[in-house]
Amino acid sequence: MTATSPGAPSGTGRRLLGLLAPRTYGWQTPAATAVAVLAALALSSALIAVTGGSPSASVQALYQGSMADWTAWTSTLLYTAPLLLVAVGACVSARSGLFNIGQEGQVLIGALAAAWVGLRLAITGPALLVLMLLAAALAAGAWAGLSSLMHRLRGVNVVVSTMLMTFVAQQVVAYAVNMPWLLQESRVGNAPVSPQSNPMPPSGLLGSFGEYPGLQVNGGLILAVGAAVLVAVAITRTPWGFRLTMLGRNPLAAKHAGVRVNALGGAALAISGALAGLAGAVLLASPVGVNRLQPGMAMNIGWDGLLVALVARNRPLAAVPVALLFGVLRSGGGFLAATGVPSFLVDVVKALLVLAFVAPPVVVALARRRRSGGRTAGPRQEAAPVAEEAIA
Amino acid sequence: MSAADDISTILSSGIRLAVPLALAACGEYLAERAGTMNISLEAMMLGAAFGSVATASATGSATAGLVAGVLIGLVIGFVHGNLAHRLEINTFVVGLVLNALMLGLTSYLITISSFDSHQVAQVSVPWLRDIPLIGHPLFVERWPVYLLILVIPLTWWLVERSRWGLELRAVGEQPQAADVTGIRVNLRRRQALLWCGALAGLGGAYLAVGEVGSFNQNMTAGRGYIVIAAVIFGAWRLGRTLLGCALFGLADAMRLALPALGLTLNSQLLVVAPYLLALLAMLVFATGNREPKALGQPFERGST
Repeated sequence: MTATSPGAPSGTGRRLLGLLAPRTYGWQTPAATAVAVLAALALSSALIAVTGGSPSASVQALYQGSMADWTAWTSTLLYTAPLLLVAVGACVSARSGLFNIGQEGQVLIGALAAAWVGLRLAITGPALLVLMLLAAALAAGAWAGLSSLMHRLRGVNVVVSTMLMTFVAQQVVAYAVNMPWLLQESRVGNAPVSPQSNPMPPSGLLGSFGEYPGLQVNGGLILAVGAAVLVAVAITRTPWGFRLTMLGRNPLAAKHAGVRVNALGGAALAISGALAGLAGAVLLASPVGVNRLQPGMAMNIGWDGLLVALVARNRPLAAVPVALLFGVLRSGGGFLAATGVPSFLVDVVKALLVLAFVAPPVVVALARRRRSGGRTAGPRQEAAPVAEEAIA
Repeated sequence: MSAADDISTILSSGIRLAVPLALAACGEYLAERAGTMNISLEAMMLGAAFGSVATASATGSATAGLVAGVLIGLVIGFVHGNLAHRLEINTFVVGLVLNALMLGLTSYLITISSFDSHQVAQVSVPWLRDIPLIGHPLFVERWPVYLLILVIPLTWWLVERSRWGLELRAVGEQPQAADVTGIRVNLRRRQALLWCGALAGLGGAYLAVGEVGSFNQNMTAGRGYIVIAAVIFGAWRLGRTLLGCALFGLADAMRLALPALGLTLNSQLLVVAPYLLALLAMLVFATGNREPKALGQPFERGST
């Protein structure tokens, strides 16, 4: 497939289309995506209507909770930050051909490390926050790196090991907050202790820009957008990014071209883990939660961030608006219950939307390939850069 | 209570916890031998658990609920098969999305509806139930448990002795070669997912209308992933996979029984045991060429 195929818009138009449907220049994919998204929304509305709710009231509530005023926007952005961090990390590993699906656990490990630094190291001032973030990135990076190590030493499938490690991470955190000598909250008088840590000290909290009635932009968001830009530049504008993409597209060719396959793949996996770990530290240190380490604090941010990357087709900058959309859904979901529609609806909407974004390019590429009698080799990887377990 | 009673109680609860795992594992095992790493197993079990309770409540028959569970599993298997092995969307992506979808959908629906409680009948085998220690755990059970007697040999026969199973294994090991000999690779994989869906549905339905009699939010709570861990732990052999299920069921039963027994064993360790054992098994056996060669890789004619 080349850029000169019939019906391909050129110049700016193509770039705009490319934002919506990266790397597919025909009109079919955006059109199919639009149809699929409409179908997903129609299905969701039908679900609300069939179960006795009002679709329009639900949309109203979603809007109210996520975008109606500055407070709502503040809450939306609070969710957007960790989602974006996870998604940017997922982009890095998927680009390298290694599919990391263990972000939910890496988020928790990051939060655990940050909580330990925040509560156990006697440091005050801004240095504490920096150390917390560093510790989160390092710990979660190492956690993801374990999967890479297992892959390298014993050929263990990365998808499977990152998935299994998620459940291990959940229990590690549950253990830490159940052990007084680790991170369980200290007993006050005779009050019962819960499986959670003490609250973070004030210097271990992420500040935000803006005052209460207005928009507050949390430090976590700035971190996340910064990471997205940095990774986007690194992937598209540096030799490292070129090697990474080459590795993802064709590991054998990359190897013959002199790419150190294992080191690069391992680094990609560790980076994706580190960014998920940062998301965990952001969850811990920003007012999205209660600023305590809790076993349930990841709130499926890891899984959702992965879905964000899928919708953004592994492009860090495209992940920014998608993460915002997911943040809107999360933030608005809390307002749904008031209309008699359970907030779980947003999970259904999210899943259907992901399907609506993921399926069309693959279907279009498949149809195109079938039409050309299977002779063109190109579009398969173009349309589905989602990694296959590739490195031999 | 005597020690024998304690052991018998833990065994009973271990078996009850292992049965849904074992049913689903027979399905997952077959799907993985055909090359599909099916992580939508969780969606199949969860959807079936919900559907079985809803159907049982509507019809008043727990057996109808069980059948509905199987059907829902089949539908999810059908959807997964067509998305992953017809449209060729990455199978892990399909699984993740289906899991998220079913978790959201069942949570949504259970919040706005309430169902009557129904349970399938208990079967108590005379004579055998009086065997000390193992008699009660093994021979006083809800009847779907005894479907395992049928399902396990059937799965084994299908994979190891039938022509269909030979083709499945070929598809899981060497899809290109299988394709050349005229086997329709993606069709076989879709069929394997149907088998997987039916059995995972049965397992999920058993969990709901068999053991508990009702549905609660995220009822399967990761059991689908435990089954996947069991198949890995079993190094893609049916016998060892089932052994893994029994072991993981027992670990779960121990965790639940510990407080009553007054023992202080780390409960997190017991929860995490299946995953750790699966990881360990992969580390030990991974290079033993046990894994189907094409596991998790999409097949497309003409690609290498």
